[in-house]
Amino acid sequence: MADPLLQVRNLVVEFPTRRGTLTAVDNISFDIAEGEVLGVVGESGAGKSLTGAAIIGLLEPPGQVGAGEILLEGRRIDNLPYEQMRRIRGKQIGAIFQDPLTSLNPLYSVGRQLTETIMTHTDMTPTKARERAIELLTEVGIPAPARRVDQYPHQFSGGMRQRVVIALALAVNPRLVVADEPTTALDVSIQAQIIALLKKLCRDHGTAVMLVTHDMGVIAETADRVAVMYAGRIAEIGPVREVIKNAKHPYTHGLMGSIPAVGHDAERLEQIPGSMPRLTDIPQGCAFNPRCPQAHGRCFRDRPEPLPVEDSRVACWLYDEANALSYEDAKRAVAAKEQVSEAQLEEQANV
Amino acid sequence: MVAFIIRRLIQSLFVMFFVALVSFSMFQFIGDPVNQMVGVETSLKERAELRERLGLNDPIPVQFFNYITDAVQGDFGISYQQKRPVSQMLVERLPATLELSLISALFSLLVGIPMGVYTGLNRNGFLAKCFLTISLIGISLPTFLIGILLIFFFSVTLANLQPISIFGLFMLDPKIFQLPSFGRGTVVDLGWWTTGLLTVDGLKALIMPSITLGLFQLTLIMRLVRSEMLEVLRTDYIKFARARGLRNRAVNFGHALKNTMVPVITITGLQVGSIIAFAIITETVFQWPGMGQMFLQAVTNVDIPIMAAYLMLIAFFFVVINLIVDMLYYVVDPRLRIDTGKGSGHG
Repeated sequence: MADPLLQVRNLVVEFPTRRGTLTAVDNISFDIAEGEVLGVVGESGAGKSLTGAAIIGLLEPPGQVGAGEILLEGRRIDNLPYEQMRRIRGKQIGAIFQDPLTSLNPLYSVGRQLTETIMTHTDMTPTKARERAIELLTEVGIPAPARRVDQYPHQFSGGMRQRVVIALALAVNPRLVVADEPTTALDVSIQAQIIALLKKLCRDHGTAVMLVTHDMGVIAETADRVAVMYAGRIAEIGPVREVIKNAKHPYTHGLMGSIPAVGHDAERLEQIPGSMPRLTDIPQGCAFNPRCPQAHGRCFRDRPEPLPVEDSRVACWLYDEANALSYEDAKRAVAAKEQVSEAQLEEQANV
Repeated sequence: MVAFIIRRLIQSLFVMFFVALVSFSMFQFIGDPVNQMVGVETSLKERAELRERLGLNDPIPVQFFNYITDAVQGDFGISYQQKRPVSQMLVERLPATLELSLISALFSLLVGIPMGVYTGLNRNGFLAKCFLTISLIGISLPTFLIGILLIFFFSVTLANLQPISIFGLFMLDPKIFQLPSFGRGTVVDLGWWTTGLLTVDGLKALIMPSITLGLFQLTLIMRLVRSEMLEVLRTDYIKFARARGLRNRAVNFGHALKNTMVPVITITGLQVGSIIAFAIITETVFQWPGMGQMFLQAVTNVDIPIMAAYLMLIAFFFVVINLIVDMLYYVVDPRLRIDTGKGSGHG
């Protein structure tokens, strides 16, 4: 197999402050293959969006890439000068932001914003670019595109605007789209439509997607693989079914437990005790250790690096072969806890 | 759009009506016009005749009606002092003031906006900080002082300097930078308009007064553009424009600057009005033969017809400029064009 489309190697994003450097994304590595959808989940402040911003080269100062490298089709892009990176943005890496209401410039018609993007990256004539703009609006499901193309953003609803934003991101067929919480600002009923549209378009064009979200439902529906981030690190990364059905990291496990399921009569949703540490006081060892039910000596001492476990990579000492516990033991330990809670549930149900 | 303009026109008529009322009332309260016009030895009978001839014995509403109907036709009466029609005197003086105002407004916009954009984009740059410091001086120094300092340097000091040798290559005579300190220089008479823009001498004479008059507006516009730019550059659509890989120029000028224009147009409109109105000081400092100077002379001589006409003319300029500003909003911001129908009005 050829090189993956995107390779992120030991990426560090940091914010120099007066009281020392804050590390917001700490030494993370992952790949995205051609046409693959990688979901990135995690709580607010886990570093998901910053990772996306680092990939498109638009970290807001004083944020900066402190170490590591980002490679697109084998070529390093994280250290390119602004002008070269600009040519890659939009053309090879598209981006979709959270809030469609504010992503479009209110003073220009959507057609003008589309043709501007198209003509920046190709040498189409204005007439050709306009035709292409109408074609794109048709593709993203905007009715009467020939008329709507001359309208202004304020004449579109939120969902329609996000469709326009998707059309803009995909205008010149980028190889990769970084979608940063593309549905968070939308109505629930519109969210599903937008996700379905994004998924369909990317499949049709063979575009890979890095889908940043905190909505596990969206991930389950859309992603091929999923990376779970916690306190600036990747806790677990693997095929989406594997991560959802058979979570290995205790954090992922807790995360999955906290999703309500229809038809499941639990009295209370499971929750992970405590909250994610602030960037200024990430504990020594594993960042999750204060909240982890299975934390033991080593977790408080050494930081775990992602280790291959089955098809996934998991950053947890439970799966370290050098550790006293074998993988089977670890699985049993996790399962035991699960049985306990299930037994409790059953007990409650019987009462 | 048409309905809006008509509405604004009606409003403007009301404004003008009230300004006319104020200027008319000056005639009633500031001294007796007859006393201003006649000599000491004029008999009481002659005075009464003059009073009757001028219509000063009519009831006040009738006088006001006559005043307005005359004013609409461009007749503002006759100057007490100069015994000439006021409108004729205004027409003679108008080009000088308008040319000066136009040039200083252009100067403040063409220099102020780029400086504002520059300081907005390079917030921490050395040059940007220099601009900001200099702009503080511009804002805090009174206009007349700047004018006097300019005259002192460019008209007085330069005239007394000896030619300087530049690296022994050629002699530089500082006098070529010398600028005239008073008057409009040579003007060309176009029949209905006299212009100083067509002669080198006239242009040279415009430089210092325009800078004096425009410097305050320049610093104001620069600071306004800067703060608006800082605001707009933080918005999502600028981030998204960058993410689409648009060229820096397109992002900074096409997307960011255009979004700063609505407040800038508002302020500029108001400032152009006050440039015309407050050219008085600059015109006095530079002996500029404009309306402001005429107004000051009129005040000294209690020449009420001139003062009243000047008041109405300035009000008229303000009203027209504001009308233009309101129409420019429509050109710049599509969200105000409500008549586009479907889907509008929401968010």
